[in-house]
Amino acid sequence: MPNSIAIDSPARTVRARAPAARYYRRFGPVERVMHAFLMLTFIGCALTGVPLLFADHAWATGIVKLMGGFQGAALIHRICAGVMTVVFVGHVIRVFVRAFMTEDWLSYFWGPNSLVPNLKDGQDIVGMFKWFLGKGPRPQFDRYTYWEKFDYWAVFWGMFIIGGSGFMLWFPMFFSEFLPGWVFNIAMIVHGEEALLAVGFIFTIHFFNGHLRPEKFPMDLVIFTGRLSEHELKDERPVEYARLVERGGLAAIQAPPPPAETVLFGRILGGIGLALGLITIFAILYSALF
Amino acid sequence: MRGLIMHTPRTNRLLPGLVALAALTLSLSLDAKPAPAAVAAADPNETCLMCHADPAAKSEGGKSIAVDAKVFAGSVHGQMQLKCTDCHSDVSAEKLPHAPKLKPANCATCHEEPVKEYLSTAHAKARAGGNMVAATCTDCHGKHDIQKSTEPASRTNLANREATCGACHGNDAVVKKANLPGGNIVAQYHDSIHGKKTNGKTADAAKAPTCTGCHGSHRILGKSDAKSRVNRENIAGMCGSCHQQVFSRFTASMHGQMRQAGNSAAPTCVDCHSAHRIQQHNTPQWQVDVINECGNCHGGLLTTYRDTYHGQVTKLGFTRVATCNSCHGAHEVLPASNPRSAISPENRVNTCRSCHPGANANFAAYKPHGNPRDRQGEPLLYYTRLFMVWLLIGVFSFFGLHTLLWLLRSLKEVREHRAGRGGH
Repeated sequence: MPNSIAIDSPARTVRARAPAARYYRRFGPVERVMHAFLMLTFIGCALTGVPLLFADHAWATGIVKLMGGFQGAALIHRICAGVMTVVFVGHVIRVFVRAFMTEDWLSYFWGPNSLVPNLKDGQDIVGMFKWFLGKGPRPQFDRYTYWEKFDYWAVFWGMFIIGGSGFMLWFPMFFSEFLPGWVFNIAMIVHGEEALLAVGFIFTIHFFNGHLRPEKFPMDLVIFTGRLSEHELKDERPVEYARLVERGGLAAIQAPPPPAETVLFGRILGGIGLALGLITIFAILYSALF
Repeated sequence: MRGLIMHTPRTNRLLPGLVALAALTLSLSLDAKPAPAAVAAADPNETCLMCHADPAAKSEGGKSIAVDAKVFAGSVHGQMQLKCTDCHSDVSAEKLPHAPKLKPANCATCHEEPVKEYLSTAHAKARAGGNMVAATCTDCHGKHDIQKSTEPASRTNLANREATCGACHGNDAVVKKANLPGGNIVAQYHDSIHGKKTNGKTADAAKAPTCTGCHGSHRILGKSDAKSRVNRENIAGMCGSCHQQVFSRFTASMHGQMRQAGNSAAPTCVDCHSAHRIQQHNTPQWQVDVINECGNCHGGLLTTYRDTYHGQVTKLGFTRVATCNSCHGAHEVLPASNPRSAISPENRVNTCRSCHPGANANFAAYKPHGNPRDRQGEPLLYYTRLFMVWLLIGVFSFFGLHTLLWLLRSLKEVREHRAGRGGH
């Protein structure tokens, strides 16, 4: 069966069959660092922002007190927001610079390595639901699956919505020079609702898709180590694998297994992120239900 | 000069000593008329104390009937050298022993006015209704130990009134038993700004009201009584007797005007400050709590305030951000239509600037109570929120289903995978 379950974690692979394991590079250092910063700043914003939305609960007051009161929380929130904005803007600049430097910039945006959605993604969604219901084979994915693309663009949308409204609320004196007062009412609504969407999505759906589902449980370390095993590449991204084999690109991205300290670092960082995120979700669900 | 002032109960019980003492006292009294020692022994109080001085003396019903002559001597009545029979008028020195059951001492014999006042009070009415827990003269003033209220040790001294009223209104057992209105109001009062002042060591301690400062002493009337100082209609004036400036601001405010127009539901002092729990206005707890007091009447505005950053931060328990009175004023609150109001179009920018120095007209046009649930009034906010809500519902529904189905499918795969391996 081509879609057998990739339950081998990289660490276990290193120990169990080190000589035979082959690894391929999926994310470069820039992407890994970017994700780490995005993750940390996102959690920072969530922990300092969510308590405001559940201000009538004791846990919310407790968290904010831990951060040195609402001013401390606001400071952390703004530092995280600032760093996140820098990471985001840096990423966008990098994308366009790389596109510019690529000879065929059209394929940079529309090719198989692009995160831009295409027709196949729509077919894959239908295919996945068929597979869920046992009515078809698991779709053959390329480098990026549709849920990964959704995560990516959700950040884009979120950055504009939360970031835009957040900066308005951060610098009202500046924005009120040229924007009417009701814009701040809109900003307040949008910032809070979109925050719930982002926090709720990342800490449940993204966590499941990327880390918590049985095939990956408890987490997929590829974003921290940058490498995935040959086995994972073949099983989960067969279209990409086939193309690499066909065009002879495999050798170029082959890499040694991730060093133990990188794996450990990924486990700690990812573990902290998962734990904080899940605690936040439980607090939100608890507050919403009781 | 009236007979002898007794020194100790023990000497009184010893006739020889008494005679000697009487002689000594008489010899020391320069203006004393010459009188035989036998007259002193015949003093009515002396006669009473022959039985009542015994600390173990009990009535037939087992109640203590002991009188501490020294204590009585120190009381205002003792100092005035009243006879026992002045108060216990149904006892006659000629007919002893007296009847086992005596009438209560009649204070009205001398204190006619205060007793008349007392009879119209809540306490007297409760007693008349059979509630014998309710205070009568002796419960506040004492019995044989009555002191002038100017005496520091007096139960009715300003410094002791909290304890005197507290014997009932600050005693949980009594409060429960007699179902006293307001619960343990003395405990509430004790922690209030007034209680802290009167119990404090500052020079103005005596200026702060103790219980009687607001309720009166002999004229304590239930708050439902129109003549009561704590009746809803009279409270503002009563508080205003000390807080004159606040009173004049309140009178000019929307709330004050509504009250003057006969709207009894309009707030008066106690509606925001409470009666007995009154806190100093600049304590963080009060600043956070008073928001809810405003919300008791202005519920919708409280809800929309809670949607704002100001409202969220104060809900978390922190101050420094705007609360109701930061924008509306406290005692001087006026509707936006009044040019003198802090939130009138003329004054609004300046009001914002009191915290946000750079505020301009656009900034001040932010709606601090914009209600995104009000489609008619705030369509823009309403549809923005509606869009966001449906975006959330849409995303979570789709991916919730996606995740659930995926989880079930994956678990099935894992099980089949294991079963397959086990079969090898």
